[in-house]
Amino acid sequence: MPRLLLDLLIVFAPLSLATIGGGQTIVADIHRQVVDVHHWMTSAQFVDVFAISRMAPGPGSLLVTLIGWEVAGVPGAIVATIAIFGPTLVLIYATARLWAKYRGAQWQIAIEAGLRPVAAGMILAAVYVLLQSLEGGLLALAIALSSTAILLTTRANAIILLCGGAGVFAIGHALGLA
Amino acid sequence: MNDTTTAPAQGPTAQGLTALKLFLIFARIGVTSFGGGLSGWLLRVFVQDYRWLTEEEFLNGLAIAQALPGVNVSNMAVWIGYRLRGGIGAAASLAGIIVPPAILIVALAAVFSSLRNFELTHLALTGAGAAAVGLSLVMGITAARRVPRRALPVAIMAATFVAVAILRLPLIWVVLIGSPISVLLAARTPR
Repeated sequence: MPRLLLDLLIVFAPLSLATIGGGQTIVADIHRQVVDVHHWMTSAQFVDVFAISRMAPGPGSLLVTLIGWEVAGVPGAIVATIAIFGPTLVLIYATARLWAKYRGAQWQIAIEAGLRPVAAGMILAAVYVLLQSLEGGLLALAIALSSTAILLTTRANAIILLCGGAGVFAIGHALGLA
Repeated sequence: MNDTTTAPAQGPTAQGLTALKLFLIFARIGVTSFGGGLSGWLLRVFVQDYRWLTEEEFLNGLAIAQALPGVNVSNMAVWIGYRLRGGIGAAASLAGIIVPPAILIVALAAVFSSLRNFELTHLALTGAGAAAVGLSLVMGITAARRVPRRALPVAIMAATFVAVAILRLPLIWVVLIGSPISVLLAARTPR
């Protein structure tokens, strides 16, 4: 394996295991490795790929795929993707098997009962932070809350909802509301 | 206790669900989920639209996906895929949520410099992002509603919220310290 691909693997595979609580927790570390340690990108280039990863659909951690692609083309993208998703997938797969095997066991019920309030608190906290950092002022907030109300009360398709949000915001902006 | 927890691994509602279908569903979510909130999408699709999983099952999986290292949504893809169709289901779901959006993001990067200059692109993405917050908020409301109305679980939920949202403590410490305490307390609590 060429040296560069090996480096991508060595940088991203350990970071994979540090992604506790979600992929966004390691962005600062990725920046440090890619810009300061390995000089694969300038800080400005990193800001660009980060912006693309925020703009694109799919998991935010595809940021790493994009870095791999910028650094070493298609092989780089593939190696970086495997490195960032691979190691942790073994863990969740083993856990899923264990859960199926011992379905309904006392320890399993205790773990679920213990983790659920933590998960609920983390999700609510993430939403709180999202709402606080929402771009687009009151109009965006109104869209977020309307979208919540629609999702709670109807069976509306989420894709249509996103398109609606995009359309309403663009029109609202044209009318001077945001 | 909810009786669905003792149901066989493949509930009657998930019959006819093939690995290919799982791949296609995850791929569809992967390439249309502008603005984030992917776990909220999964709740919408697998619990509310198709009813292949109960809310309880989904939230249990989500709690475990969050506690383990790894990206939440790829963890959830493995968890849901395995739960519904075993190993092949896990592989198909994972491939669906990673490969198509990975190809798309590289394609987007190629045209990004021109896309970025359109104000409309920015406005549409801001609007879609705001709407996507709804998916996450609904998931938060669902998860909170399903926390037992007892002092201990509610206190743990509140403490986690304060630690992350207000005190901005690193998630890794909240997970590594908060989760074991919460599990130990749950294990000691008579049900």
